[in-house]
Amino acid sequence: MARCVVRLQSLLCEPVLQQPYLLGSAVTRHLRRPLPWVASQHRDFHTTRGDFKEAAENSKITIHFINQDGERTTTTATEGESLLDVVVNKNLDFSGFGACEGTLACSTCHLIFDKNVFNKLEPLVDEELDMLDLAYGLTDTSRLGCQVFVQKGMDGMTVQVPQKVNDIRKAAESSWKQ
Amino acid sequence: MLMRAGFTDEDRVIVHSPESKHPLIGEYEKGARKRAPGLGVPWTRQNFHFIQTSRVFRLVVCSFRRYLLLTEATLCHNMSTCILRAPVSKGFSLQFATTFAKKTSCYGVQRLGSTAAPQPQVCIVGGGPAGFYTAQHLLRSHKGVQVDVFEKLPVPFGLVRFGVAPDHPEVKNVINTFTQTARQDRCGFYGNVTVGSDVTVEELKQAYHAVILSYGAEGSRSLGIPGEELSGVHSAKDFVGWYNGVPGNKDLKPDLSAETAVILGQGNVALDVARILLSPLELLKKTDITAGSLEAIADSRVRRVLIVGRRGPLQVACTIKELREMINLPGTQPALDPRDFQGLREAVQDVPRPRKRLTELLMKAALEKAAGKEAEREWSLRFLRSPTHILPSPDRSRAAGIRLAVTRLEGSGEHARAVLTGEVEEVECGLIVSSIGYQSLPIDPAVPFDLRQAIIPNRMGRVQQAPGLYCSGWVKRGPAGVIATTMNDSFDTARSVLEDMESGQLDTSTPRAGACALHTLLKQRGVTPVSFAGWEKIDAVETARGREVGKPREKLVDVRDMLKVASL
Repeated sequence: MARCVVRLQSLLCEPVLQQPYLLGSAVTRHLRRPLPWVASQHRDFHTTRGDFKEAAENSKITIHFINQDGERTTTTATEGESLLDVVVNKNLDFSGFGACEGTLACSTCHLIFDKNVFNKLEPLVDEELDMLDLAYGLTDTSRLGCQVFVQKGMDGMTVQVPQKVNDIRKAAESSWKQ
Repeated sequence: MLMRAGFTDEDRVIVHSPESKHPLIGEYEKGARKRAPGLGVPWTRQNFHFIQTSRVFRLVVCSFRRYLLLTEATLCHNMSTCILRAPVSKGFSLQFATTFAKKTSCYGVQRLGSTAAPQPQVCIVGGGPAGFYTAQHLLRSHKGVQVDVFEKLPVPFGLVRFGVAPDHPEVKNVINTFTQTARQDRCGFYGNVTVGSDVTVEELKQAYHAVILSYGAEGSRSLGIPGEELSGVHSAKDFVGWYNGVPGNKDLKPDLSAETAVILGQGNVALDVARILLSPLELLKKTDITAGSLEAIADSRVRRVLIVGRRGPLQVACTIKELREMINLPGTQPALDPRDFQGLREAVQDVPRPRKRLTELLMKAALEKAAGKEAEREWSLRFLRSPTHILPSPDRSRAAGIRLAVTRLEGSGEHARAVLTGEVEEVECGLIVSSIGYQSLPIDPAVPFDLRQAIIPNRMGRVQQAPGLYCSGWVKRGPAGVIATTMNDSFDTARSVLEDMESGQLDTSTPRAGACALHTLLKQRGVTPVSFAGWEKIDAVETARGREVGKPREKLVDVRDMLKVASL
């Protein structure tokens, strides 16, 4: 009898254990929420963040991602989601994307936009620029994915996930020491 | 290591025992509805029945209701362990196999995965961000690899837990992705195992196909000036370790009774130390700073912090986010000298944007008058000063001041050099924190180490003149960079390992024992590894204790406490 229970338990736990990336958007969103007990100096300016329940009813917006190897992934997003949300929810396979889970503490959600899309995005705040300055392969049309929210006008846009720097002996990195 | 998972016909199981010469399993008749002989009965060679000669033999084990067919087990003699790999039938319960294995004096059972694909065994030394990101990339890219992470402390995550400042909790979010990695079937975690003393790298090389060293930098660069050994002088590594709960630093007892503290170095770690020294207690109370250090900081009389650097404002190593935080720190004000910034506005016009914005922020802070009431606490950046002596108190028992030589710059930009001018000045202070860099140390004679650069000599993560050895993180490139830098670097090393597996440079055709080979060894040496589940118990206790006092966690700072909780 005990063995049957054990097997049942393993049946239930197994899918979650074996596919850890499918934790579900609600859980990952919870994980990414800024911790409430720390006094923050640079949060709460997500003014364009729509209510997710309402957003789900809006039409889907198509976005193309081109990854580090030149491979293209096409996915649909909901208006009001951040591009980091899109990558996480759709399980897009970009190594190390969104390490700090959207709290402006890293630059791993760095994305490169087409100029015409870039110009239409909400302006950067200092806090985003601070982190963007540390990103690999920074360009004039770079933004952090966690700060860019999907809008109707973005339907069909192409976004690049920047090249990783393989030659770690590049002089540029040595200037940013801890 | 013992996991619960469903199996398919393709899966294999390792059943291994301390007695290497004796295979444990014999053949049973399929279809015979009786309890397998041997449950509770000690195994002897008479029970076994070899179908084929020496290396390969068949095995059938009957469970209570189902029949498990373990066939074509391959015998590997490896140190003191006998490894049997065999596919198991559907419905095989690993839990059962474990019980079965225990009763027949097997050591343990480990799922391996599909028989078709190769099962490379990789060992990672060091359970910090470098270790986990390397593991993550390997596990994602190779569906058969088994990765075991060895960590000196019972708790994982390295500098993410022990280096990131308590008031930067969002930076610690990476722990979530590391946790996902560690919970995967093919990832093992062995805390409380010190590589170099509990187990040697040579022994790891025998048990694994590849060994990746990511043990970071546990030492710090020394100032090399007289008075450095006086009480009141600490390396930033130790000071940060103290407020972050590194077990080895819990008895640091830094002297916070003097009004002035001097920090040598102008990087982000220096700013972290300054910020923790000057932050309002109400803010610190809600972080995961250790209780002991919070108490000491509550009684601190430090009101003025000087952050000293040898070069000028254009060479500060800190980044803008941390500087902004310092400028906006409640209850404090910056005391920057506008004369340090003369002529800089023109000089920064053509530099890259990050440096330009940083310098402009510094200039703004230097030139703006403080609005409203003057703050009680003050911090400043002192440029062009190089420490020459730490001056003792009259009774020579502790540091009471520091002598700084004035420098000037030769050259410009990132590579400008500081040259002594001959002038000196002295500053009275009670606490000196040297934040001039962490430093890696050699941990094992089998690993080449460049003492001058304090890193493991390597190309693209492959250790030079040491096939089968790789490195990632600070021990590979030097102690610089944020977590994202280490992440990319770790991915690069993982790619090198995968390339070598593919090309055959790393021979993964013969199976290796992996962690199984080390269990007996560790047991004999009196070492009890802490599994990831053990860490999760520690995590639960820390979080529960933190909840009681309004903190995210109350860290355990004693290794004995950690081990006690992990073994509950």
